[in-house]
Amino acid sequence: MNDEKFCLCTGEHTEEAEKEYANDSYAKEALHHFTANKGAVVSVFIILIIILMAIIAPILSPYSYKDVQAQYSNLPPRVPGLEQLGVFNGYRNGANVYAQKGALDQYHYFGTDNLGRDIWTRVWSGTRISLYISGIAVLIDVFIGIIYGLISGYFGGKTDIFMQRVTEILSSLPQLVIVTLMLVVMKPGLLNIIIALMLTGWINMSRIVRAQVLKYKNQEFVLAARTLGVGSRGIIFKEILPNTLGQIIVTFMFSIPNAIFLEAFLAFVGLGVPAPIASLGSMINDGYKSAMVYPYMVMAPVIVLALLMLGFNLFSDGLRDAIDPQMKQT
Amino acid sequence: MKKYVLKRMGISLVTVFVILFVLFMLLSLMPGSPFNNQEKLSPEQIQQMKAFYGLDKPVLERFFRYIINMFHGDFGVSYNIQVNMPIRDMVTSRLLITLAIGLQAGVLGTLIGLILGIVAALYRRTVWDSLTTVISVLGVSLPSFVFALLLSYFLGFKYQLFPLLYNSSMPMVSTVLPTIALSMFTVASVARYTRTEMISVMDSDYYMLAESKGLPKVKLIVNHVLRNTMISVITVLAPLLVNLMTGSLVVEKIFSVPGLGSLYITAIQSNDYNVVLAISFIYSVMFIIAMLLVDILYGIIDPRIRLAKEE
Repeated sequence: MNDEKFCLCTGEHTEEAEKEYANDSYAKEALHHFTANKGAVVSVFIILIIILMAIIAPILSPYSYKDVQAQYSNLPPRVPGLEQLGVFNGYRNGANVYAQKGALDQYHYFGTDNLGRDIWTRVWSGTRISLYISGIAVLIDVFIGIIYGLISGYFGGKTDIFMQRVTEILSSLPQLVIVTLMLVVMKPGLLNIIIALMLTGWINMSRIVRAQVLKYKNQEFVLAARTLGVGSRGIIFKEILPNTLGQIIVTFMFSIPNAIFLEAFLAFVGLGVPAPIASLGSMINDGYKSAMVYPYMVMAPVIVLALLMLGFNLFSDGLRDAIDPQMKQT
Repeated sequence: MKKYVLKRMGISLVTVFVILFVLFMLLSLMPGSPFNNQEKLSPEQIQQMKAFYGLDKPVLERFFRYIINMFHGDFGVSYNIQVNMPIRDMVTSRLLITLAIGLQAGVLGTLIGLILGIVAALYRRTVWDSLTTVISVLGVSLPSFVFALLLSYFLGFKYQLFPLLYNSSMPMVSTVLPTIALSMFTVASVARYTRTEMISVMDSDYYMLAESKGLPKVKLIVNHVLRNTMISVITVLAPLLVNLMTGSLVVEKIFSVPGLGSLYITAIQSNDYNVVLAISFIYSVMFIIAMLLVDILYGIIDPRIRLAKEE
């Protein structure tokens, strides 16, 4: 031991200590943890901006996501204001493509695709579709997962063994195979993609809920409730469920980027939403074929997708650390 | 240990069987006939073709015939992509390419991830640590096709360091970009878990005990820290393998690698359901074998798990 590690308490550290051990409410403490995490705060802004754009950009845009203007195809990005600075000015190989095609009165912020559709509008309505699909799929997953996990964990015994065997077999099928097969059988459409994503997504949630139930079900407060004559339903929903909420929210947030990715993946292998509807994945699928000639066509959806996934991942990380400091990754 | 391995293998076998059954049923539920120009065929012709391929028999009979044929290495024939071509011949060479790329990516990713994680944990709160954190956040968040597109655009197209598309005359060089794109997720997750685990081991009492006994640093890290770290890193390897599989489909498509994944996509798009069935089955079996290996490896490294599971 060396003496440097010890010194007299001068009072300058007590403030810090008081702050650290202050008796704050759970929510306040969680919020404090969360806002101290720079990545998490940035991620909130990223997510909010993307969601906002997905809502308003297609409404404000003068173009529609499905309007084909064959004469204005493959226009490079052009943004008013920025074009004076020499970027996003509609030039390709030193020539103004907008002038060549007689479209000088048009501004396509992200350019147009090979059918002359405005990529700006398509990207944001595609984001809308991607968020919609993954949001609904994950919400249903959470619902099924919670119910399944609660029943399996709470009742235990034969019910639990049976229910766990079912999830074991389901989870040993690669998610990718199930989802693709379901879509091969059912034909891709908004609803069918949601169903396919849902089919396997709930397993993880049910596992986490079950583990939580097992942790709480023999604790004193549950015993007390049972002694007071509370029925199974009351114990499950009033005593156990509220304690597992933190975990459920974190898992929920982590499933969103996963669902967004799966949807994009499906679209990329040709099992996405049918044309002319755009999703981020189907736009990447369309754009990558001409990525070497017109890189901007694939860049816009790729960047939005990447930011979206980054945002949700950072957000979930921050949320997990804030809600449950024990799980915090040092 | 033997009992545990045998039990796990038994469960895996049953699972394989159940999966095959589910896949088979799913595909036989598919509407219409599997033939690609069915609009032009008269009902009699479709009937004849169904009889020719044995599709007019009841589902269960077809299922058992399929299993018996499978034991002879016969997965049926393709209906659409290359008509009447045995699927075994279509799949074999492609499987090797996919496995090679997957293996390269898995090994490369795990190695780099381990090194990054170890460096980050040993030199905590330095530039290396921040760099690792950035890499792991990016690698976990960005889908593999983002990396694949970036690599193919910059290294393949702009600077032409590597072939843009798979070139069968130089298979090794052609797999460089797909391997890198595929390994990013593995690098990121392994680095992240290694770092977290190493730090928690180095904060533990037994590490302090070993340290205070005066063990040399290298021995301390190798014998105490790494071995305990590996336990949890191995648990995350299984989900990583799944990601390698999903990733391989996308990456093979972008670099037009003639692998299993690109055949799978073609089969899905042309409704060639015998091929879809065979490849889905191969994917599932690879997945189950990987899970089994991870479980057994886990038992070897961590005696506590083995004992707990034997009960």
